[in-house]
Amino acid sequence: MKTNIKSLLKQMYRCRLLYLMILLGFVATFIFAYLPLWGIVVAFKDYSSRAGIWGSEWVGLKHFKRFLEYPYFSTILINTIRINVTCLIINFPLVIIFSLMLNEMKSQKLKRICQQITYMPYFISTVVVASMAILMLNRTGLINLIIAKFGGQPTDLMSEPGAFPFIYALTDTWTGLGWGTIIYLASLSGVSLELIEAARIDGAGRFRIIWHVNLPHLKPTIMTLLILNMGSMLSVGFEKVLLLQTPLNSSTSEVISTYSYQVGLVQQQLSYSSAIGLFNNVINVLFILGANKLSKKLTDVGLF
Amino acid sequence: MLKSRKKLNGYRIFDIVNTALVVLITLIILYPLYFCVIASFSDPHEVSLGHTFFFIKGFNTEAWTNVLKEKRLWMGYRNTIYYTLGSTAYNLILHIPLGYALTKKYLPFRNFFSMYFFATMYVGGGLIPCYLINKSLGLINNPLVMMIGATGCYHMIIIRNFFSSSIDTQIYEAAYIDGASEGQTFFKIAIPLAKPIIAVEALYYIVGAWNNYYTALIYLYKEKLKPLQGVLRDILINNSEIHLNGFETADEVEALMRKAYLAQSMKYSVIIVACIPLFLLYPFIQKYFTKGVMIGAVKG
Repeated sequence: MKTNIKSLLKQMYRCRLLYLMILLGFVATFIFAYLPLWGIVVAFKDYSSRAGIWGSEWVGLKHFKRFLEYPYFSTILINTIRINVTCLIINFPLVIIFSLMLNEMKSQKLKRICQQITYMPYFISTVVVASMAILMLNRTGLINLIIAKFGGQPTDLMSEPGAFPFIYALTDTWTGLGWGTIIYLASLSGVSLELIEAARIDGAGRFRIIWHVNLPHLKPTIMTLLILNMGSMLSVGFEKVLLLQTPLNSSTSEVISTYSYQVGLVQQQLSYSSAIGLFNNVINVLFILGANKLSKKLTDVGLF
Repeated sequence: MLKSRKKLNGYRIFDIVNTALVVLITLIILYPLYFCVIASFSDPHEVSLGHTFFFIKGFNTEAWTNVLKEKRLWMGYRNTIYYTLGSTAYNLILHIPLGYALTKKYLPFRNFFSMYFFATMYVGGGLIPCYLINKSLGLINNPLVMMIGATGCYHMIIIRNFFSSSIDTQIYEAAYIDGASEGQTFFKIAIPLAKPIIAVEALYYIVGAWNNYYTALIYLYKEKLKPLQGVLRDILINNSEIHLNGFETADEVEALMRKAYLAQSMKYSVIIVACIPLFLLYPFIQKYFTKGVMIGAVKG
């Protein structure tokens, strides 16, 4: 036993430089990831900056109750889910279809050019993407110019509450369509050519080959990404929503995270805001566990 | 015979239609950026009439000259360059040795450290607890907040996978037998072999820091600390006005209209100005980023 400890210490001493390499990451993670976990207690307190995190008074679930009783609670919950569902319905299949299309291309050179161009928007900042959307969609913007060309009546789409989830989803399409194909294309490169050849000899057309060979090959990847998507059903790209939000569309654009930001950092109700954040996190975890379980039951594919 | 020929024709038609559709989608994705470029160089009035869908009309650099004179934009650029350099250096110094050390199987408590870092992927404090911690550390209105932060698990995994899959452990063993110390093997053997992953990571951090808007929104309030993205939001979305020469006494309707059109055109130029560094780096970015995605996906 004693020699064990001794040899362990000796080994640790030998690895001292490796520990030094870990040190910076260890300390930084402790400060920026673990200390905030401890800070979650403010959700159960009435935080005052004078008393500090520990000194503030415990109030139990008061802030959670207040959030559940907030008159617009269901509105912002539904808004969050509506934006996510719209994105999922529009973008999830589009990325798969686009991957399959790219994969079928014969000219490798043209394929690479198309990939390079469609990846590009992924690197453009959210601020620029949101600004472009606003510029294009306002009364004098590109979309309305096109509508006017066809004799339509220009409308300011940014102040149209019904359009918000679609605007959000379409900016996601623009930035993510090409980028999202990378993972599917990697998986598709593993489809066995013999299988395709066999299907071709059996007289299958291109669509049937895609449907019966390529798509089943993608199933695990699709399920994994779907689970991850479901898990983030209640978290929405906070930055983009905040940037695209206007007072006129707030009836569909106010979501949990923007509300939490508004009451927390703008109105300085820190305890209430962290209760909302914690509530959101817990629901997110439940969602991902549920989606995982459902996927395992239906398709035998799960994340854990 | 006839049937197989039919099939062959079907294949050909499929290919033509498919290629045409992919090219069309690509052009649609490219179009908004293209439109910004031509709109910024066209006569603002022509843009507002919808005459510039495909080509520049009434070549005009008024928008550009006004935008390039905008001091806030250059201040934002300067700040962002500082933040990007700091953040990239910090993250490389943190992640590269960390990923390397965690590949060493003989390191005592290696699994504990891996768990310690992985756990942060699933649980987080959230906005306000992070804000309170950073506040107590004096990071409000402090440029450091744009540069430092916790370990990114995703990057740690990518780097660790690279070291463990691309560099044969026998190389290290040979070095140890030859009497090299741990430090020598890291700096003289591992680092030179790890150049590709260092490039991948550096680009990740550069793009991340360049586009970072969230951190500044929450922690930086002083005008002169604002990064480029914050300035862009003020100009493009909150419509804070850019100073225009020659419009000081504008009160006739026509002049006001022209001013409004010009303001719109200037926004297109601002968008291009904001994207230029990206376009310049893009050949490297898209090459190395896809590589990074692939290395990260190996573990999955």
